[in-house]
Amino acid sequence: MIGLEVHAELLTESKIFCSCTTKFGGEPNTHVCPVCLGLPGTLPVLNKKVVEYAVRAGLALNCTIANFSKMDRKNYFYPDLPKAYQISQYDLPLCSNGYVEIEVDGKVKKIGIKRIHIEEDAGKLLHENTDGSLVDYNRAGVPLIEIVSEPDMSTPEEAYQYLTKLKSILEYTEVSDCKMQEGSLRVDTNVSVRPVGSTELGTKIELKNLNSFKAVQKALEYEIKRQVKVLEEGGTIVQETRRWNESKGITEPMRTKEEAHDYRYFPEPDLVPIIVTDEWKEEIRKSLPEMPHHKRERFIAEYGLPEYDAKIITSSKKMADFFEKCVLEYDSPKAVSNWLMGEFSRLMNETGKEIDEVPVTPQMLAKLLKLIDNGVISGSIAKTVFEEMFGTGKEPEVVVEEKGLKQIANENELREIIKKVIAENPKSVEDYKNGKEKAMGFLVGQVMKATKGKANPQLTNQILKEELSK
Amino acid sequence: MELYSLTIHELRELLKKREVSALEVTKSYLERIKEVEPKIDALVTITEDFALQKAKEADEKIKKGEDTALTGIPVIIKDNISTEGIKTTCSSKMLENYIPPYNATVVEKLLEEGVIILGKSNLDEFAMGSSTENSAFKTTKNPWDLSRVPGGSSGGSAAAIAADEAAFALGSDTGGSIRQPASLCGVVGMKPTYGLVSRYGLVAFASSLDQIGPFTKDVTDCAIVLNTIIGHDPKDSTSLKIDKPDYTSYLKEDIKGLRIGVAKEFFGEGIEEGVKETVQESIKVLQNLGAEIIDISIPYVEYALPAYYIIASAEASSNLARYDGIRYGHIAEKYEDLIDMYMVTRSEGFGKEVKRRIMLGTYALSSGYYDAYYKKALKVRTLIKNDFEKAFEKCDVIIGPTSPTVAFKIGERANDPLAMYLADIYTVSVNIAGLPGISIPCGLSDGLPVGLQIIGRHFEEGKILNVAYAFEQANKFNAKPQAIGVQDNEVRSSDWLRGPCRTFDREQNLL
Ligand SMILES: [Zn+2]
Repeated sequence: MIGLEVHAELLTESKIFCSCTTKFGGEPNTHVCPVCLGLPGTLPVLNKKVVEYAVRAGLALNCTIANFSKMDRKNYFYPDLPKAYQISQYDLPLCSNGYVEIEVDGKVKKIGIKRIHIEEDAGKLLHENTDGSLVDYNRAGVPLIEIVSEPDMSTPEEAYQYLTKLKSILEYTEVSDCKMQEGSLRVDTNVSVRPVGSTELGTKIELKNLNSFKAVQKALEYEIKRQVKVLEEGGTIVQETRRWNESKGITEPMRTKEEAHDYRYFPEPDLVPIIVTDEWKEEIRKSLPEMPHHKRERFIAEYGLPEYDAKIITSSKKMADFFEKCVLEYDSPKAVSNWLMGEFSRLMNETGKEIDEVPVTPQMLAKLLKLIDNGVISGSIAKTVFEEMFGTGKEPEVVVEEKGLKQIANENELREIIKKVIAENPKSVEDYKNGKEKAMGFLVGQVMKATKGKANPQLTNQILKEELSK
Repeated sequence: MELYSLTIHELRELLKKREVSALEVTKSYLERIKEVEPKIDALVTITEDFALQKAKEADEKIKKGEDTALTGIPVIIKDNISTEGIKTTCSSKMLENYIPPYNATVVEKLLEEGVIILGKSNLDEFAMGSSTENSAFKTTKNPWDLSRVPGGSSGGSAAAIAADEAAFALGSDTGGSIRQPASLCGVVGMKPTYGLVSRYGLVAFASSLDQIGPFTKDVTDCAIVLNTIIGHDPKDSTSLKIDKPDYTSYLKEDIKGLRIGVAKEFFGEGIEEGVKETVQESIKVLQNLGAEIIDISIPYVEYALPAYYIIASAEASSNLARYDGIRYGHIAEKYEDLIDMYMVTRSEGFGKEVKRRIMLGTYALSSGYYDAYYKKALKVRTLIKNDFEKAFEKCDVIIGPTSPTVAFKIGERANDPLAMYLADIYTVSVNIAGLPGISIPCGLSDGLPVGLQIIGRHFEEGKILNVAYAFEQANKFNAKPQAIGVQDNEVRSSDWLRGPCRTFDREQNLL
């Protein structure tokens, strides 16, 4: 049985209890004030947007939203925690009892969401000094939601699917940008095994230090094998927290149950209870965007996309938005989707960039596709042009101009080149005349080589046939 | 006549008429501080340069006609209230050199009006105590008898006002820390309704109980200061949005028909005979003024003290966890690892009473004990609130003694925490219920002041001030502490002293 705890940073402009910016980066300790540094006498004031965003996420994840909830203090000492307590939610979380639907082997499975609560993030220890550690409090007080799943997943693959779906929904609702590399999405998991047919719960092991969804999957695969082996050898599983060691590909002990903290939760006396009225909830519900599965169905119906294309394009809201904007300018949905799933995705994977970090706009892609249609460039040259656009953000016509990539569609110019190719390849001409169709392909290739790929393919074929039949 | 002996409203008249300047007033107080501080030890920081600069600014303000009720009036601030650029130590070794980068909201409000901050007053470390003996720096003495405590935890503020070291002072009250020292020092001290005054900048002891309030020389001044310091603060979620009344409009002598509740629980075991008699005489004074005296009962009040010590300590254990040596304050010089650094830093930085309460609070919140202690204490809290609500169906205000005893000897209870905790037996229930309460001097017992506590409904400070003012007018408390400044200050016997040293004129009140 697998359960997941996901922490997602919310995309609010300011921190949860003060007006400091939540922007990532920045010199250490520049996005701080007396409140988020927890200076003596300061008090937190809850950012209303945080509640709104958490409710959005809760509604999108089919949760019940509490009309009345409260904040609590979670007490523990650590240098990155300025007040030595984290303001979180304990027994009355904002959202509860939701679910996410995932698809495994073509079957839909519901994964329960136990609760979603809001809390503040801690700072970050920087271990760059030999004399000791330094602390950066820029992140202290950045709002988080913690999404706790039910232990409904039975395989690492299901856990992977759940995370992918969850990320997509959080991005869709625009409550979090879910960038794992910037720490705005963090995953902990717990896993227990039990013999087939047994109803007794196994001992729960918590896994930490999981830096990607793939790492979650790999760590779970390793951990399940490890636990099964221990049990098969007649051993017992000890309740503990283990750390995933990415380079070794194993999990290692981190702390045992005895070392676990007693957080001494109690209601935060500096804050008043959170009241979410039905009116507010409805207002938020109405502002929710179309969810991925709805969008997928619409893309199939409205744009005639194959199901496979629709699924991939709608897996990210940004990708889907890009697609729709591009189709507005260039009315061939399948061509746009081919480009998005092909060259676009290939380059994004290679560079590790998100779609909104790429300088190519939907308008630019539409222009590029029109250049192909109008015969200005060929499909294969377009790939070269796109790569340049992707790297520099230049308009396609500028790239074509600068690099001299315009297709040769002038009949006389092309005929001269073709005549030269025929003169230089008498053997192939001979073969062609003897009925070897393959020779035609070779001659076209020679024309392309001579023009660096810029020859208009249709025209080349046509002229070549004319010249050869002379 | 010495300027330092005047009240705010008396000084205001002189300043407004330009008969004196803010600079003259300030210098008078600074002189007075130099004269009496060696005996009283009420202050941990004296901000002479800042005060003189502010005095000049206040005079400018007055010259331009931009002055308000507190322009040019000197104040002393309890040293657990954050003052930008001025050390805020909480009388703890932990914060001995801590200089805040920001002002508490109350300080900001006072500075906007042009008050003169003369210094920061001593307290029981982190406001935990009832005698000011728990300060890491000095023990403040009661101006009425230097061998006695001034009460606590705002003992420095109370003693400073009793000794005329400022026109008024700010304190904080978590379980009686304004009212009890006011009572022991013979001055007026008010704890407003929880949520009336912003707590932003008050170094937290017990967040659900703490409240800032004024120490003044009379009831009129209390109303004047209250007018300035109250009001909703967007920086404090627990401060309430209410219409700001003019508290001076409640300063009326008429209390005819007002129903005054007297709870038998406030005259129980442990009350000194002299205190009991003086308070009972005061009740007669109010009766003679036309108030209706009603016997009431607050049965759960006997559980107030244990509930208070659990709730306050639990919150304190969390509030004081931030003093870990990492960002500011005391840090251990030698340590082996992180945990050791925490332990050495906190062992060295905190005093005995603070450690005792942190341990008590940590224990009360621990898993397995939470239900038995903290949760039960919260239930008691609800019961006490209900008790008061029921009592207030029958009466408008409740009166009784502020403290069961007059000022006790320094060292007398220092090693007996339970005896020390009893000093707050009449005041803690008011914090637990979040109600407003005032302590005003009502007479002397064995030459030491006795305080009368008046408790009101939530946000009915006005009614409290009405009763307090009526009582004060009928029963002038003109006694002055004799333990200081007598031999070198003969002027005390001349006309500026509002009367000879006496308790109150009983015959006069019977007329
Ligand atoms: Zn901040």
